[in-house]
Amino acid sequence: MNDPSLLHSTTIIDKIRETADIHTYRLRIDDEDERKRYRFAAGQFNMVYLFGVGEVAISIVSDPDEPETLDHTIRSVGRVTNAIARLGVGEHLGIRGPFGQGWPLEEVLDRDVVIVTGGLGCAPVVGAIEYIFRRRRHYGAVKILHGVKTPEDLVFQERFERWGRQPDTEVFLASDRPGKAWRHHVGVVTELFEMVSFTPSRTVVLMCGPEIMMRVGVPILLRRGLPPTAVYVSLERHMECGIGLCGHCQMGPYFLCKDGPVMRYDRIEPWLGRTGV
Amino acid sequence: MSSGDGSTLPSAELPRLLDVLGAKGYRIIGPTVRDGAVVWETIRRMADLPIGWRDQQEPGRYRLERTDSRDIFGVVHGPQSVKPFTFAPREPLIRIERTSGGWSVHSHLQPAEPIALLGARPCDLAGLAIQDQIFLRGPYQDTAYAVRRKGLFLIVVNCTRALPTCFCRSMETGPRATRGFDLALTELDEVMLIEVGSEAGQAILAELPVAPASEALLAEASARIDACARSQIRSVERAKLPQVLYEVHDHPRWDEVGARCLACTNCTMVCPTCFCHTIDEAPDLTGQRTERTRLWDSCFTHEHGYIHGKNIRPTIKDRYRMWLTHKFAAWHDQFGTSGCVGCGRCLTWCPVGIDVTEEVAALLASDSRKQQKTVSQRHE
Amino acid sequence: MRRMPERQSPRPKLGVFKFASCDGCQLSILNLEDDLLALGQALEISYFPEASSHMDAGPYDLALVEGSITREEDVHRIRAVREQATVLVTIGACATAGGIQALRNWADIESYKRLVYPSPEWIRTLETSTPISDHVKVDYELRGCPIDKDQLLRVLTDLLAGVRPRLARDSVCLECKRRGTVCVLVAKGVPCLGPVTSGGCGAICPSMGRDCYGCFGPADAREKAGSHVPNTASLAKHFHEHLGLIPAEILRRFRGINGNAPSFQGESGAWERRADA
Repeated sequence: MNDPSLLHSTTIIDKIRETADIHTYRLRIDDEDERKRYRFAAGQFNMVYLFGVGEVAISIVSDPDEPETLDHTIRSVGRVTNAIARLGVGEHLGIRGPFGQGWPLEEVLDRDVVIVTGGLGCAPVVGAIEYIFRRRRHYGAVKILHGVKTPEDLVFQERFERWGRQPDTEVFLASDRPGKAWRHHVGVVTELFEMVSFTPSRTVVLMCGPEIMMRVGVPILLRRGLPPTAVYVSLERHMECGIGLCGHCQMGPYFLCKDGPVMRYDRIEPWLGRTGV
Repeated sequence: MSSGDGSTLPSAELPRLLDVLGAKGYRIIGPTVRDGAVVWETIRRMADLPIGWRDQQEPGRYRLERTDSRDIFGVVHGPQSVKPFTFAPREPLIRIERTSGGWSVHSHLQPAEPIALLGARPCDLAGLAIQDQIFLRGPYQDTAYAVRRKGLFLIVVNCTRALPTCFCRSMETGPRATRGFDLALTELDEVMLIEVGSEAGQAILAELPVAPASEALLAEASARIDACARSQIRSVERAKLPQVLYEVHDHPRWDEVGARCLACTNCTMVCPTCFCHTIDEAPDLTGQRTERTRLWDSCFTHEHGYIHGKNIRPTIKDRYRMWLTHKFAAWHDQFGTSGCVGCGRCLTWCPVGIDVTEEVAALLASDSRKQQKTVSQRHE
Repeated sequence: MRRMPERQSPRPKLGVFKFASCDGCQLSILNLEDDLLALGQALEISYFPEASSHMDAGPYDLALVEGSITREEDVHRIRAVREQATVLVTIGACATAGGIQALRNWADIESYKRLVYPSPEWIRTLETSTPISDHVKVDYELRGCPIDKDQLLRVLTDLLAGVRPRLARDSVCLECKRRGTVCVLVAKGVPCLGPVTSGGCGAICPSMGRDCYGCFGPADAREKAGSHVPNTASLAKHFHEHLGLIPAEILRRFRGINGNAPSFQGESGAWERRADA
């Protein structure tokens, strides 16, 4: 990849509906040589390009060991993603990438993993969860904590149920507001911490969601003896170039496209919760 | 000829420099008076240069005036640093065309025409060195920048007159250029002292009717440059940077400057080091082809901090704080250097004359820092 | 209007409607020259009295609306246009902010009528000139007096592709600096409105050595409250304290073609009070 401004054309080979406004697009790079060359790590992202419209940063949620096809879960929220939503199988998207620092999944082998997510979708961590379950015996106990605003906001419901059936795995769900069929906790996701036991010396926490959740949630975990270096958060800023040159995705001294989007908590902690950063 | 110490060329012989550069295939770009300022234009003859002109600059104000002097480089600088020649304000990147099997991508990248830039200032070179660091020395190289940079021959002019807006001495970027040039000129009365900074520069010098510089002339040049440094009335106290700026995030000064700032982007546009850019996507009406062009962007725009449904920096205060903190603090962490070279352009070309040296000084003032600490302690 | 052009059959129908205006923005459409042919192929121009006597009835996929609302019958007619249009785009300062004729909003309409017309009793008009958005929902606004034809083309291209048009509202200064124009405010001391005016025009006036008079309207933020953009107060203060403008001059500066746009209106009002004091 000599010129990072060059795009690779891909074909949508499958489009999986997650919810009304969230779809997973399975992409295959059209050029065979490029397809064979392309490698990525879990948690990295692509700049996904729609012809004549523009680009958007989307994490790759499929397995890094199967880079022949690349899954991107995309929610229709903006100018580009709304336009992508109208595409179907056989149509084309461009990609530049892979970019950024992913989850340190290879560094935390054999550790217990607590995954905390909040809000809709949270695709970056979905990819990490799938990665772990495809290599289940290489990781210790897995605890997945997920919070939503209302029961209707729970996407990937089937996945949570499937994950909950995995060995040595627990899934905890919380909704800010109650609902008729909601059998899980009512309250914010950080309240789920009270229900979860973990061994601080053996545990790594992966967190993805609103920054307020990280700001409030991580100190609770640290007070229970977890070292700040065992917590990883996936952060979001305006990403355009993906290579740390365009200046948009800064958070304090970091370019999140290049230094992130996954950051170790102790490095980013001073900037979390600062307004305008 | 002792090129290490310097050579002299009578100012009247400067046309020879233009001839030699032209013969080597360079397009010569230099300062030209236009619309009340100097701007970079193609220089075909000596008369294109701002001979006898001077600039008066202060925050929010720029005026040119004619003098009786025969100085060729009497104008310190105009709104543009050398940035547009390497990091172009509008850079066509690729054209994409639909094909039967998808689409094809065509790069606009072309070998850059060789340009000799005559009359850059030491602060401009310092800015260029910082942009080199950003665009060429990181994990990703910017191809368009690299191509343009390669074709650039730089003739810097050391400063012997400081503007009220200059503070290069405190940023240690001037008023004498120490590296990063092919040739360096110091304009003395009717004579140019020339120093060589590269092999390409040596090759040009070899074709000029130069004489070795006398000790007296070298001393005179140094004295004038030193006097220029001493005459600077503005400065940035760098000892406590960058850390202190991170600590004054809640300083009331941000509200005051936020009320003055127009978020008009001028400071970032004229800054020799600001590098933010965005992509303009321009499809044609038929939907068959589209052009992607890189444009200068700014941390003062509405979209800069925008992520779906939320603006990280909605207020002018947020944006000004982002800009100043980045320039004087985060830049150190990112690139190992300050993002400010002390050229003073952001003072002059701010329509309401916001003085960044005054803002930094106010933020660093120790009494308000103490105040800050008490505030943050209370929060804890 | 919601699909890609190659999948469209028949072509989307365009209607161009005029209210109180000088027709200059409609002429900008005709000035598209070469692109007008492509436009005619991409859209069916169903109703455009300025260009053709052939007029089809609605509904229309896209309505371009020029002019402001100045008569009782306009109020009814714009509602009818809205009902017939899938997407409604206002074109120009009149339709978007009320135009120069909105100066009547600060004056006595009866005295205006007597001043201009020999038989004022025949004139039936509202006391105010108001933008289209005061009466019906407007999907997109094209600023300017007149509009910029390239910006119009970009918006039409995006709409044809089913994409939300990107209309930057950043200052004219950004465009001046990108094209290398010397700042007329700083280098000549003229009261240029560029720093608080939306670009999109390509910064034509300063490139001709003239100060911007705000014909693209305020460079306002998407966030309606609290952003302090555009900071008209700071610029006006600078005009007064450093460029020597008296309050009445500042009032006139902001009360021009877009004088009825909220932030310009607020600023002119503030200086009117000072002028009267």
